[in-house]
Amino acid sequence: MTAVLRTENLRVEYKSRELKQQTKVALKGLNLTVQQGEVFGYLGPNGAGKTTTMNVLLGYVNATSGAAYLFDVNTREPIARQRIGYLPELTYYYKFLTAEELLRFYARIFEIPSAETEKRIDQLLKLVELDHARKRPIRTYSKGMQQRAGLAQALINNPDLLLLDEPTSGLDPLGRMKVREIIQRLKNEGKTVFFSSHELGEVETICDRVAIMYQGELKVEGRVTDLVKEFQCNLEQVFLKVVGYQPEPV
Amino acid sequence: MNKIFAISSVVIKELYRRKDFYVLFILTALITLATWVMNFFHDDNIVRFIKEICLALIWISSLIIAITTAARQIPAERESRTIFPLLAKPISRWQVLLGKFFGCWLASGFALLVFYIFFALVSASREHSLSVPAYFEAFWLHWQMLGIVVAMTLLGSVSLSTPPANMTMVFIVTLGILSMGGFLHLVSERMSEPSASIVTAIYFIIPHLELFNISELIIHDWPIAPWLDVLALTGYGLLYSAFFLLAGCLVFRRKALN
Repeated sequence: MTAVLRTENLRVEYKSRELKQQTKVALKGLNLTVQQGEVFGYLGPNGAGKTTTMNVLLGYVNATSGAAYLFDVNTREPIARQRIGYLPELTYYYKFLTAEELLRFYARIFEIPSAETEKRIDQLLKLVELDHARKRPIRTYSKGMQQRAGLAQALINNPDLLLLDEPTSGLDPLGRMKVREIIQRLKNEGKTVFFSSHELGEVETICDRVAIMYQGELKVEGRVTDLVKEFQCNLEQVFLKVVGYQPEPV
Repeated sequence: MNKIFAISSVVIKELYRRKDFYVLFILTALITLATWVMNFFHDDNIVRFIKEICLALIWISSLIIAITTAARQIPAERESRTIFPLLAKPISRWQVLLGKFFGCWLASGFALLVFYIFFALVSASREHSLSVPAYFEAFWLHWQMLGIVVAMTLLGSVSLSTPPANMTMVFIVTLGILSMGGFLHLVSERMSEPSASIVTAIYFIIPHLELFNISELIIHDWPIAPWLDVLALTGYGLLYSAFFLLAGCLVFRRKALN
């Protein structure tokens, strides 16, 4: 199998501007590999280093030491993102554009030929059920519609790797179901999906493998079935054990 | 280049979907029409004076459009977080900045063209003559000057903390250069050292935006400027724009986004 996503001793430090404030280490030598065709769940409590990892993979933040690779290309190079799709947790799109204009804009960034772009826009807007609202500005969309427009933009380049940051947060049950269906469809097509989530039940249902981060370190990594067997409990309890959660006596 | 123009097209779409340009155009058009209507006696001196007022209005309006459009580009992308899905695509930061530059420059150029055409039509209707080459030269050089201002504003938008601070700074610098830039070396002659050397150095470093203002040729119906001079000034403008853009790219490349 080919490694689609790889980090090698990835360390990220944030230097504080305040005097006497210590440097914050967000990632402490992370080694992670995601193989082609996997649905990989990236878990951890807030502040565990999930967002920092995403930021390095997307080129927003440079590693202090070590490196991250997408399709064997260092993530410092913009071309590393040619074959990926990214869906942020919240919708951040140009609200004065319509959904089809937004998709056309991103297709131009990927340098997709015009005829192919139009074909994909039609397909994607049907897929995310926004075909009826394609000519309306995004600012008139409901939150769920905006999230679906986000999903469409993440798929515009027919990506081999999809990075999803809390893809179902803020969605209603129908929206969640739709996202799950799309992830499953992508998996069936042999695509790789890497997603961070707090919805452990959902992760257990969808993912092949998971990694649990805590305080910038990778604590556990493995197949969901293996972890459930090893810890003899469901994924939520595995997660709580790994992060050292002790329930207070009632 | 396709990626850069994709960014530019979004900047242009944003400008014409916002109300700023229309408000400024209507205001400028109303004042221009009102001043022309007031010219009952058709006195030559009054005509010149009115032309001067109208051109000054066009200069102010174009600076407002160029500076406010350019100043909000990167900060607005960061504030609305649209920069994140954008940079998650195979595009580098310098391409984003260059796209923003071309978008703002083209958008303010289009707005400028509308202003000049309107002004030319109004003056032609009263004077019954129109020197198209003179208006073209005035528009062209004015647009080159806006290129420098847009590049300077974009550099400010990635260096300074807030858009209002950037806008104020660029407005002051631009108006300062336009009004005093050409006289700095004369001022320095009356100064003692080291102030004289500092002012002389500033004179040689700053982009001389006042050189791009050939409104006088239109106001007094003087012969047009030699085309070689126009070409040289175009090169001069492009050089300064490139310098500010390069500096902007270097700052933006290192800028933490989160």
